[in-house]
Amino acid sequence: MSGHSTYEPKTGFERWMDMRLPILRMAHDTAITFPTPKNLNYWWTFGGILAVMLVVQIVTGIVLAMHYVPHVDYAFASVERIMRDVNYGWLVRYMHANGASMFFIAVYIHIFRNLYYGSYKAPREVLWILGCVIYLLMMATAFLGYVLPWGQMSFHGTVVITNLFGALPIVGEAITTWLWGGFAVDNPTLNRFFSLHYLLPFMIAGVVALHIWALHVPGNNNPLGINVKSKEDTVPFHPYYTVKDGFAIALFFILFASFVFYNPNILGHPDNYVPANPLVTPTHIVPEWYFLPFYAILRAVPDKLGGVLLMFGAIGVLFVLPWLDTSKVRSMRYRPTARLYFLIFVLACLVLGYCGAKLPDDPVIPGVTSFQLVDADLNSFVWLSRIAAAYYFAYFVLILPILGLTETPLPVPDSISAPVLSHPATTPAGAVASPEKRG
Amino acid sequence: MADTVVTDTHASGDDPNRRDFIHIAAGAAAAGAVVGLAWPFIDQMNPAGDTLALASVEFDLTKVAAGQQVVVKWRGKPLFVRNRTPAEIAQAIKDDNASLRDPQRDEERHKPGKPEWLVLIGTCTHLGCVPTFGGGDYGGWFCPCHGSHYDTSGRIRKGPAPRNLEVPDWDFVSDTKVKIG
Repeated sequence: MSGHSTYEPKTGFERWMDMRLPILRMAHDTAITFPTPKNLNYWWTFGGILAVMLVVQIVTGIVLAMHYVPHVDYAFASVERIMRDVNYGWLVRYMHANGASMFFIAVYIHIFRNLYYGSYKAPREVLWILGCVIYLLMMATAFLGYVLPWGQMSFHGTVVITNLFGALPIVGEAITTWLWGGFAVDNPTLNRFFSLHYLLPFMIAGVVALHIWALHVPGNNNPLGINVKSKEDTVPFHPYYTVKDGFAIALFFILFASFVFYNPNILGHPDNYVPANPLVTPTHIVPEWYFLPFYAILRAVPDKLGGVLLMFGAIGVLFVLPWLDTSKVRSMRYRPTARLYFLIFVLACLVLGYCGAKLPDDPVIPGVTSFQLVDADLNSFVWLSRIAAAYYFAYFVLILPILGLTETPLPVPDSISAPVLSHPATTPAGAVASPEKRG
Repeated sequence: MADTVVTDTHASGDDPNRRDFIHIAAGAAAAGAVVGLAWPFIDQMNPAGDTLALASVEFDLTKVAAGQQVVVKWRGKPLFVRNRTPAEIAQAIKDDNASLRDPQRDEERHKPGKPEWLVLIGTCTHLGCVPTFGGGDYGGWFCPCHGSHYDTSGRIRKGPAPRNLEVPDWDFVSDTKVKIG
């Protein structure tokens, strides 16, 4: 999509096509000859994995829509019919439901890889922001999709999430009524959620195209976080990375298949196999695992509006990250102090996820009562999530801005090829070191 | 440079010509059409006529024994009809002067002379879950989702909910029958 094209049409048809719609040229330049840093590790394979998962979700979703009925009286039954009567319906639905989880596993690894190797820094800010937009669209799509089976968790999850907007002053109530199309979550809500759930994946596909375009302007970042200096630093995308990505996709599909075939409901919630009942809320209402860290942040704040704002702020802060991180060094391989804070950040995210699955007032260490602090015992999940949430925000708005100015990074290699060529392992045994310096 | 004078007829504002008029008129018409069409496409998501026309419900109070609650569905939402015991009423009145987040006296929340009957919209004012009857620290309701405690008058006492359980429009049709909505 950028740079000099090396495509040469070989057949008459290719020449004819190239004069009219140079789509083969574009495919050749982006997926075959695209110069890619030669040192990308397996953390870089998750982009390809995500692209494949998007295709899996769209294909299985289109099939499910052929059998699903978006009506409060039939939705639950139609999903059960897919599971029991539609030929291979169980397979397609389990692929779709677990595919969503796989999609989020891959996207979280992809995001953490970006954070570690500083891929969001100049000149890749737009690439990063487009990624944040994709992540937001993914969360919206996943939430809308979880509503469709119309089980207890579907229903009451929708009630809670749509009521989040009710926390906004003045316009809050009008917005929730508008979202519901009534005075409660009901048939109009289910209908529109189905329509939007079908729409959003195609919007994601559109933003993915922009994301790849924005990637191919500056090219890939790499584990060293330094710019490509010469042709020596790169290899063509095909066959080097088509094969590497392909291998990673195959491994990832083994994980995916192990969920689909051996434990298809482990990531779901049993309450969603109970038909929706607006008059009874399940005793313990939790979102899907991939939303748990944000759910923990929401519950960590005792004020309704404050909790909602902080939860959205947790995602909003990602958008401005390229301007918060003041370090000129991209890769944390050369930022030992930042690496430590990053590891704590990953831990804080995992702790938030763990807290989101627990009841707020339950003790973290069972059977121990410490002392009451403000509104809850210090030994409670609500306080643990407050500490982790505080670190989450501090990492972005305090640690990264200050650390970039105060830390001393390690020396960065001159080029991608330099550390490889000067590494002792590349010198054959028995060869003389630095022969040019010998007499 | 004085041999030719070129006048840009589009740049000066003092002599609008026919082309300027067409530009402005076309631009304004297009912008007006977009804005005018945007509203129908937004408003179609608001409650439809049949949803708004949902009838009010009548309810027979003899179904509720003292100390019990019956949940009725109204406008897609649960409605609590609670027959309070004298002890619960006394507790609610006693707490009129306690520190309340959304201060309201118990007598403002029931019909005059009928303190035993409490009719409330059964959705937590936090995020809309259905609170469970008789739970929590204050004997009223407890919301399982995020831990809001309501007293026997349906007032918020503890937890994240900002307001008391809402009292809908309702009235006695006869001594044993009420109409809600």
